Amino acid sequence: MQKFMLGVYMEQVLEEEFRVIDHCLMVRLPEEIDHYKAVYISERADKLLLREDVFHVVFDFEDTRFMDSSGVGMIVGRYRKISCFGGKIYAIHADRQIKRILKLSGLEKIVEVPGT
Amino acid sequence: MRNEMEIVFDAIARNEALARVAVASFVAGCNPTLEEMGDIKTAVSEAVTNSIIHGYGNLAGYTGNRRLPEGKEGFHPGKVKLHCLLERGILHIEVSDNGKGIENVEKAMEPLFTTLPELDRSGMGFAFMEAFMDELEVESEPGKGTLVRMCKKMEAGDWIGETL
Ligand SMILES: Nc1ncnc2c1ncn2[C@@H]1O[C@H](COP(=O)(O)OP(=O)(O)O)[C@@H](O)[C@H]1O
Ligand SMILES: [Mg+2]
Repeated sequence: MQKFMLGVYMEQVLEEEFRVIDHCLMVRLPEEIDHYKAVYISERADKLLLREDVFHVVFDFEDTRFMDSSGVGMIVGRYRKISCFGGKIYAIHADRQIKRILKLSGLEKIVEVPGT
Repeated sequence: MRNEMEIVFDAIARNEALARVAVASFVAGCNPTLEEMGDIKTAVSEAVTNSIIHGYGNLAGYTGNRRLPEGKEGFHPGKVKLHCLLERGILHIEVSDNGKGIENVEKAMEPLFTTLPELDRSGMGFAFMEAFMDELEVESEPGKGTLVRMCKKMEAGDWIGETL
């Protein structure tokens, strides 16, 4: 991939990582979530929250090896948008490092983390 | 038994990743555990992000189409400096900027405190730096800039390559 194409490339890949199935927005997260990525993901997710009939949001950490506090803000922000209608946030496939971040930030209280 | 590195880069969002890669390669020599590596990358990511978005107010360029808060769409040509020193099994990291500085450091360091709630900031940056490193010190002067100093004792203790 040529250098100048990278920006476009990233958007295309990420575009397919958002799927609405049965009122659930599934977000397949990238390898690293920092402020740069978090703002982008939040923006895409919010568009779908408005457009589609989304009740719950599932963040899939399968490919994610890194997340800083920007990711915490991203999750809390989406929680604020759906919790008033009784929607829930799920964090699936979180590895040890991501689970530590979720725990340390107190997110475990508002996010369903299967297997903890 | 000693290694030192300093890099200076533009205060733009994609350099958050650059800083993480640089620090990861820097500490790779002392055979860190996965957990240590994660801790260090997170702490550096937090400090560098803060310099970019809070110190210089460079919020633009993240996605290109997000509407930014009024008066916050400019670009500051400032630089962020990352300095790392590994000595006697202790990693010292300094992240500094010449940005707007912090009025009340104590308040800024409180968990959940953020001056950018509209950008979904969690206010957990300093809390993470504190939790993931052994020591954290913040020096800041309004109008001058901010220096974040952190250190961490590395489990493996020293530089394995050195004994070969
Ligand atoms: N380098 C910096 N320059 C100016 N202000 C800063 C800097 N770093 C942190 N701050 C201030 O401290 C607050 C708390 O920082 P942090 O704990 O990382 O939370 P967040 O980045 O989510 O706002 C920021 O909202 C900002 O007001
Ligand atoms: Mg921060």
